[in-house]
Amino acid sequence: MIYLEVPKNLKLVVNQAHQVAKHIFRPISRKYDRAEHDYPKELDMLAALMDGLSAGGGPQGAGVDSLQREDGANGGVRNGGNMTTCLGLTELCWGDVGLALSIPRQGLGNAAIAAVADADQKKRFAGVWAAMAITEPGAGSDSANIRTTARLDGDEWVLNGEKIYVTAGSRADSVVVWATLDRNLGRAAIKSFVVPHGTPGMEVVRLDKKLGIRASDTASITLTDCRIPQNNLLGSSDIEAKTGFGGVMQTFDNTRPVVAGMAVGVARAALEHTRKLLEEEGIEVRYRGPLFAKSAAEAELIRMEADWEAGRLLMLKAAWMADNGIPNSTEASMSKAKAARVANRVTLRCVELCGSVGYSERELLEKWARDSKILDIFEGTQQIQLLIVARRLLGKRSSELR
Amino acid sequence: MDNEKILNEMMGSSLRVLNRIADSPFVERLGLEDRAQKLVYEGAKRAAETAARAAKRFSPQRAEDRPRRSKKFDLSLTEEQQLMRDTLRRFADDVMQPGARGADDRSSTPDGFLAAFSELGAIAMSVPEVLGGAAERVSAVSQMLIVEDLARGDMGLAYAAVSPLSFVNALVHWGSDAQQSRLLPSLLEGETNAATVAVVEPHPLFDPGAPRTRAKRRGSDYELSGEKSMVALADRAQWFLVAAEVPKVGPRFFLVERDAEGVETLDEPAMGLRSASLGRLKLNKVRVGPDALLGGEAALKAEGKLAYDDGINRARIGWSAMALGTSQALLDYVIPYCNERLAFGEPISHRQAVAFMVADIGIELESMRMLVYRAAGRIDAGLDCGREAYLARTLCSEKAMEIGTNGVQLLGGAGFIKDHPVELWYRQLRSVGVMDGNLLL
Repeated sequence: MIYLEVPKNLKLVVNQAHQVAKHIFRPISRKYDRAEHDYPKELDMLAALMDGLSAGGGPQGAGVDSLQREDGANGGVRNGGNMTTCLGLTELCWGDVGLALSIPRQGLGNAAIAAVADADQKKRFAGVWAAMAITEPGAGSDSANIRTTARLDGDEWVLNGEKIYVTAGSRADSVVVWATLDRNLGRAAIKSFVVPHGTPGMEVVRLDKKLGIRASDTASITLTDCRIPQNNLLGSSDIEAKTGFGGVMQTFDNTRPVVAGMAVGVARAALEHTRKLLEEEGIEVRYRGPLFAKSAAEAELIRMEADWEAGRLLMLKAAWMADNGIPNSTEASMSKAKAARVANRVTLRCVELCGSVGYSERELLEKWARDSKILDIFEGTQQIQLLIVARRLLGKRSSELR
Repeated sequence: MDNEKILNEMMGSSLRVLNRIADSPFVERLGLEDRAQKLVYEGAKRAAETAARAAKRFSPQRAEDRPRRSKKFDLSLTEEQQLMRDTLRRFADDVMQPGARGADDRSSTPDGFLAAFSELGAIAMSVPEVLGGAAERVSAVSQMLIVEDLARGDMGLAYAAVSPLSFVNALVHWGSDAQQSRLLPSLLEGETNAATVAVVEPHPLFDPGAPRTRAKRRGSDYELSGEKSMVALADRAQWFLVAAEVPKVGPRFFLVERDAEGVETLDEPAMGLRSASLGRLKLNKVRVGPDALLGGEAALKAEGKLAYDDGINRARIGWSAMALGTSQALLDYVIPYCNERLAFGEPISHRQAVAFMVADIGIELESMRMLVYRAAGRIDAGLDCGREAYLARTLCSEKAMEIGTNGVQLLGGAGFIKDHPVELWYRQLRSVGVMDGNLLL
């Protein structure tokens, strides 16, 4: 039965995340935007708070490790971990995208571990904060073309290569590194490896200075004859196995709706605040009467809200499909493409609508307009999402539609 | 009152309606027997269950102890909706798409079309059992899906088909007992030419919340004057549901008969929707009795305003659903075209400039769909949908036209000529931002 509202039982999680965003993130949002690369010590308290909540039998996980795929619906429709995580991140990013990315133990690497690790690995890596290292100086969106290598030597993997743009790469305990077992065998040979910080040979060589999300550390990492135990390879080491590149890429079907959720959150922050500022100027939003008989500002607010709702509902759809075991690659990419481009457009437009007030550092509007840009880039750029959607709709292989 | 007699009548009329669907030669021709049979089976089973429940409670009212509705986020259709969807999609493919071009050329709804549509049982499935129909419960989502699926066939023909249905919906939602028993039976029996809805008026910046058509009080009667635009089936409708402003009360719906003095209709062909037999409706001091006010005397109070506002919302969701159906038809058409059309030695779909346009059509169509489904779902859940319907219309007005123009662009010169349907869809999709009324879920 068609019903597209957020279910009541998830509102508790949403409300909790909102409280964190409002009372912990917002007050320090500007501080860590200015103090790029300072560690937000407030986050340790937050991590303790979140651990306490789950230990105390709080609501089901809203973290990335609950981004698991359900095997078909048994006993009716499910609104589960995927939807909860998306909604939680929406709220946190309403507070601050950079800080949300810096919450301990909520790294993208954790999502990969949750998605592809075997039972033993899940146990060993429980409680670890894991970043994800895919991009290299010579390979970004083209992730099948990575050069970092992994060679088995005795019962250890030896990793060599260079990784950039690793979110939380310096603060996390471990880094999930993508590397190839054989560069001649293409994407099937690409595997992911858990490398704990402190492992000799892995070094953080640089922290990037950025347009936005400055509260989040973005690291460059080198791996020089870095040796890790054999069973730190996630999934199967068999090159033919389906748990290889495809398995890792499948992580994205679960994480892309989450990034869509992040975009939905920051866009809502900008929309709400702009609406409040414009209300003080006598511009009130009314959902009646012809759009063209309204002031340009009111009409624009409504148009943006419609677009924003589209991103939000596409995110919920993709998450709902994952929760109910329905393949969602197309929908995950659609949600990410739509929500992220809308978030970028909306946050930029809100700055413009509020004039110099929006542009000034006295408000957070200009910051949101800087933060939003990354959402249309990481986890697959807008163009990569369009490629995925286009290939699916047109029935094309990546060799045909390149 | 004899409860048993009421029950028998109730079941009887439901079964009669179901039987008409089962008997339809049209259903057989389309190879829809198995679906129709299932529909009939489910309908009959429900009628029996309702009757049994009602008998137990000694009340002919619809039972109120239905299973509590799921309050989870859910995108799945009910079995009944899926059955109706399968039926209408087949109808859209086999009857509407082939007939669309000719009907557009002639600017007229083909005579047999409305009869064929009526045989599918959509009207019966929209009227609750207690009013002689076959619907377990009236659902805005079901109505919205009907519009979407028909518009996949052709938006103009869909507009023609859902106009009598809109009139029926208004009666079901807000009609008084007397109005329902006077008008519903003949509509249920298949007199599909009988009725249409007239809200839109011919001036820029038209606001359905403030129609210029007036319904002045003359003793206990009303005198209607004004002009309505883009009215479907204007050339043949016997009844018009007219939106008019009652001074000092506000806008309300009136039931106006074609034969009333002062009613005049004129052809009004337009850019698109031509196959709906579009027309102007002129009302020159048309005198109607108090029973013409939809909902009767009670409609003058606050509930009349609520009903009217609800009607605006239901029209917005309806036209947005039109946008979904036609945009889907367009997407389904451009995909094989772009895969088969060769340029520079390969299919044009191998170029990102082309492929990304297709991806964007897909993304924006799904965006529109989510907003429309949500608004309709809120009605069924008993939630206010004013904001959601407004946002759905806002998004669909913009994106549907974008999809329409990109559809023609993808075909290039071929898109501009009438050998392909995309130029027709381009003209149809322009209506989504124009029409704000004249349809009712």
